[in-house]
Amino acid sequence: MKTIYVCYGTGCKAGGGGPISDKFAALCRDNEVRVKRTGCHGLCQEGPLVHISPDEITYTKVKVEDVQEIVEKTIRNNEVVERLLYIDKAQKKRVKSKNDWSFCSKQKRVVLKEVGEIDPQKIEDYLQAGGYKALKKALEIGSQQILQEVNDSGLRGRGGGGFHTGRKWNSVAKATGEQKFVLCNGDEGDPGAFMDRSIMEGNPHLVLEGMAIAAVAVGASRGYVYVRNEYPMAVEHLQMAIDSAEGKGYLGQNILGSGFNLKIEIKRGAGAFVCGESSALMRSIEGKIGQPNEKHIHASDKGVFESPTLLNNVETYANVPTIILGGGKAYAATGTKKSPGTKVFSLVGKVVNTGLIEVEMGVSLREIIFDIGGGIKNGRKFKAVQTGGPSGGCLTADHLDVKIDFDTLIEYGSMMGSGGMIIMDEFDCMVEVARYFTGFLIEESCGRCTPCRDGLLQVYKILDRISKGEGKMEDLDTLEEFGQYLESSALCGLGKSAANPFLSTLKYFRHEFVEHIEQKFCRAGVCKELSTFVIDEEKCKSCGMCAKVCSFGAIQVDGKKYSIDQSKCMKCRACLEACKFGAVSIAGRQ
Amino acid sequence: MDEILSRYKKPSDVIAVLQDTQEKFSYLSEENLRKISQHYQISYAYLHSIVTFYKAFSLVKKGKNVIRVCDGTACHIKGSVKILEELHRLLGINPGQTTADEMFSVETVACLGVCAIAPVMLINDKYYGNLQMGEISGIVESYKKQESEK
Repeated sequence: MKTIYVCYGTGCKAGGGGPISDKFAALCRDNEVRVKRTGCHGLCQEGPLVHISPDEITYTKVKVEDVQEIVEKTIRNNEVVERLLYIDKAQKKRVKSKNDWSFCSKQKRVVLKEVGEIDPQKIEDYLQAGGYKALKKALEIGSQQILQEVNDSGLRGRGGGGFHTGRKWNSVAKATGEQKFVLCNGDEGDPGAFMDRSIMEGNPHLVLEGMAIAAVAVGASRGYVYVRNEYPMAVEHLQMAIDSAEGKGYLGQNILGSGFNLKIEIKRGAGAFVCGESSALMRSIEGKIGQPNEKHIHASDKGVFESPTLLNNVETYANVPTIILGGGKAYAATGTKKSPGTKVFSLVGKVVNTGLIEVEMGVSLREIIFDIGGGIKNGRKFKAVQTGGPSGGCLTADHLDVKIDFDTLIEYGSMMGSGGMIIMDEFDCMVEVARYFTGFLIEESCGRCTPCRDGLLQVYKILDRISKGEGKMEDLDTLEEFGQYLESSALCGLGKSAANPFLSTLKYFRHEFVEHIEQKFCRAGVCKELSTFVIDEEKCKSCGMCAKVCSFGAIQVDGKKYSIDQSKCMKCRACLEACKFGAVSIAGRQ
Repeated sequence: MDEILSRYKKPSDVIAVLQDTQEKFSYLSEENLRKISQHYQISYAYLHSIVTFYKAFSLVKKGKNVIRVCDGTACHIKGSVKILEELHRLLGINPGQTTADEMFSVETVACLGVCAIAPVMLINDKYYGNLQMGEISGIVESYKKQESEK
């Protein structure tokens, strides 16, 4: 029997995943074919993706119009529709199955194993894949043994900080209180990150099972999943999962006849980045303003509703069933010694292959960017990789061989964060990147402590000035000084780390800051006041592409000679992006 | 409004109440906020501070079609600013504003979480990924046309 897996992750859904699966279902009404709407397959940029088993054929960029042909050829006659196969640039050929894509070569899917395989709306799919077996085992072995396994596994929090999960669970288990809570942080606010979204959308039961095991371990009978407002499908799938799990006795009262109860509810965020911070998240669940508290009171004693509370991130919980089934020691043997296991990343920006990946800890940046990501788009030069969102920083070409884990990233001035990995090329300006993140943080600062609320505003003003060519060399010292103040005096983790984006860019790309200040030149052509675009006559082949893409009529043609009318140029960089011969170059302020 | 109030019992659910109200009416009117305040015994001032703290809430009425331009890191380096400039050229409004005919509102959002197909914008609940500058005017036109056909 053939199964058609149609990707219904948000990326593929945007490209038409819904109508595609509907049409497959309409054309394959017989019992010989199953059509499944699944979560994210990973390579979102090539979506919508359709995978067919047991043939192991993966089609990319599928349109509704292609469905008929796929059914006639592949489903009915076992033929491959060549034109829909993915062209693997590294292998220089079309590749039949996603299993053989270079994109998948160095990946290890543990958390994402069933994402893309199962229909997240059907609990039967999850059960068939071995779902809730870990919960059953957890109920049998009991709290002490669960805590031991999680402790042995060495699992560290996937939300960013990398705190030892076993230790956290232990302290909540020891806490006294009539009512304890387990919370799941699905407020994935880092821009450029969508790992947790894909897990919640593609395999919601896995997260719930992890939470339920945690609840058994710490003795909690209530739980909340806090999900970002921007993730409607995650909310929908989680709610369906909670309802069906309660229906089958995996959640709710007297779970699997054990006498153990757990009620899990969903709380939707309302568009505040700071609510990803633990204490702010708890205030938000209580229906209050999401402002962080001082950390002298531990959530394990007094968390949400003043009760002992365990809070973990989506991906952390998603690792738990594997640990319980396979044993903590076996888990600890994977990844690196101090950061066991795998990590899911969203690989985005200027790489050839963008999407969702999962790799074993200890893999190098080079392997991720060049082997999995296929290198930089359009043959350009790699400049930087940003990790850790607004709390992280940028690493450079010098760091490509760094083996990634929680500690190495911090050592080099960035951090793991939740797993966003944004690749930048030579046409990205690092002053602008610093300005962007600082601007983001000003918007998102909760306003409670002065260093974050007012200090960041001053930092932004300086960065803005530099990007406009009005900076002074002493500004750079001021930035460093402000960075130190933030680290030492901001109230919450987000404020303390808010300096990372500008400190790390300043550390590794100081020459770009200096160029902006002294030469009034933005080498990436991003800062409008500091760049002009000119056409190099020798490189120009008079193809006319630049004139075609220019919306402002700024390209002048004199016979075969092309040039840019600076009075009309809006510096949108369309010509720069479009020129295949590298004939458009960037000059400083004129 | 009464139906929404009946859905939630506890004052700690007030954010969900505000979300449902916003979804239904596209903004939070003073009248509705007063009702919520009375129903859950939360002071109007505190309720107001919740509304202004969270970005998802709006005190002003939005246009029929809400265009949300993602300004996450991936979208930012792939040209989200240019999308906003193009929308300004087409509609004459900046983020946070609504056109005079109340047809469109433009907003930026911190990250829509579909970074692999950046740059992205969301119109109502439809995502437009891998956006090319040249496409935007056609997309906006299609919404205008839909509206005029109604």
